[in-house]
Amino acid sequence: MLAEKYQERIEKIFAKYPDKRSAIMPLLYVAQEAYGWISPEAINEVAALCQIDPTQVKSIAGFYTMFRETPKGKYWLQVCNDLPCALRGADQFYQELLDYLGIKDGETTADGVFTVEHVMCLAACDKAPMLQCNFHFHENLTMETMKALIEQWRAEAKAAQGK
Amino acid sequence: MANILLREKDIPGIGQYDTYVQHGGYDGLKKALGMKPDEVIQVVKDSNLRGRGGAGFPTGMKWSFVPKTEGPKYITVNADESEPGTFKDRQILEYNFQQLLEGSLICAYAVQASAVYIYARGEFWDIGPHMEAEIEKARKAGWVGQNIGGSGWGCEVYVHLGAGAYICGEESALLNSIEGKLGQPRVRPPFPAVAGLYARPTVINNVETLANVPQIIVQGAAWFKSIGTEKSPGPKIFCMSGHIEKPGNYEFPLGLTFRQLIEAAGGVRGGKKLKAILPSGASGPLLPATDKVLDTALTYEDVAALGSVLGSASVIILDESTDMVWATLKMARFFKHESCGKCTPCREGTYWLLKRLEAIYAKKATPADVQLIEDVAKQMQGKSLCALGDFATSPVMSALKYWRDEFLAYTQPQKPAPAKAGKDKVVAGGD
Repeated sequence: MLAEKYQERIEKIFAKYPDKRSAIMPLLYVAQEAYGWISPEAINEVAALCQIDPTQVKSIAGFYTMFRETPKGKYWLQVCNDLPCALRGADQFYQELLDYLGIKDGETTADGVFTVEHVMCLAACDKAPMLQCNFHFHENLTMETMKALIEQWRAEAKAAQGK
Repeated sequence: MANILLREKDIPGIGQYDTYVQHGGYDGLKKALGMKPDEVIQVVKDSNLRGRGGAGFPTGMKWSFVPKTEGPKYITVNADESEPGTFKDRQILEYNFQQLLEGSLICAYAVQASAVYIYARGEFWDIGPHMEAEIEKARKAGWVGQNIGGSGWGCEVYVHLGAGAYICGEESALLNSIEGKLGQPRVRPPFPAVAGLYARPTVINNVETLANVPQIIVQGAAWFKSIGTEKSPGPKIFCMSGHIEKPGNYEFPLGLTFRQLIEAAGGVRGGKKLKAILPSGASGPLLPATDKVLDTALTYEDVAALGSVLGSASVIILDESTDMVWATLKMARFFKHESCGKCTPCREGTYWLLKRLEAIYAKKATPADVQLIEDVAKQMQGKSLCALGDFATSPVMSALKYWRDEFLAYTQPQKPAPAKAGKDKVVAGGD
């Protein structure tokens, strides 16, 4: 249960706003961290905390691209291939990344380690090709540096599984 | 000239509270607290500072619309920077945050606000903790909280992270998003200055706009007006992206020409010829690279006279190799994805623009489809609650104005098409 596990954080969030409803987005981030995605239980818990109907919470979760409405890979790669990035080779980079992992746009690798999607502008146009991995930016990428990152993450995922 | 906004280029670490104070930080707020709130507004009015988020609305005038009623009033800082080609606010948040914070607090004092909400796009995830830590340092120094600088006036500052939606950069959608509602625009009036966040009087300003304020207060309106041009005074950050040798943020006084700006960023990449310029990301009309355009001064009025907008000055450079149908399709895809779905002309229009552009690009269209996308775009204009519905038509309308033949060429009887693997696959990805 979020309410017990994250009590202090949740109190801090509510203290920021005059209205409980404003806490929906920050609480969805807490829920996502706790469960790995916005599960139906997460929706109900956030709704109970904000004293609002779960439908309202679900509609917020569905409106934004940073809330995971389905479980994703351990590493969730969101590659920008909007116009400014594409002018600097992002389309080709993205295709090569998909080919390297053997998946298609939006898919997750069979081992559940990587989900790869294309996203809209991430305000890093001068550092293309770039992506965010679990919300952290990686910029000025080449396929060489990308492959090194993939192998590093793959090794980390394997090590975490071994524990 | 020393940078006024990108100060970290001259003073490394200026975004940290201690360094900021060593270099005159909070002198602006100190001075403002010694003035009457109305006097602060007057200085900003006199400076003729215009909003740097894109609309260019006079900042002081915006502040003056806030009524002098009792009860809570709010400042919301628009840091939802999501326009393709724009990455200037991010640099301020990362490297010159205290200057933004001081500017926000001066604004809050001027309208007697009780809280500042900094609405940063969720993708600025890694900057969030930095902002919160710097706010705490300012609080310990007495600039945030109760009785600021012994003035008797108090103000809180909060960071609110978005979660990935371009529309939340639209001011009324931003307010809805903070309130935990869908990030969709509101019907105006009432305007936010009267009934904004939580239905209270609210000022919404862009990050770069507010970062100008401390020095305007310290050095005065006349100093600010001595920079730039008469109608477009002050410094501006220009985001340079696309086919440019040295992409990045460049600060200059308003009024230099496109040619000078492109030269400052190292020229067109690979020494290629310039084909087109997007002066304000995807939402400002395309301009062809004529001498007339290149010798135009980057001011609000001069770029408007060309039929485009200075907007947020996020300049995307397109070289001679650029396929304008492909570029237009990219932007149509963006607006289709980002339309919030509230207004029918925008929701349906962006969908059909994308679908027909995809057909044209796939050479599965006739010349009538080229006419059709122009008609759809015209039908969308001026019919939605916010500017997104208009922005979405701008790439289509301007590309057809200058490069219609490229669109028609795609509808000619089928010739053996050159293979375009990769690019096609990704563009066709559904949104």
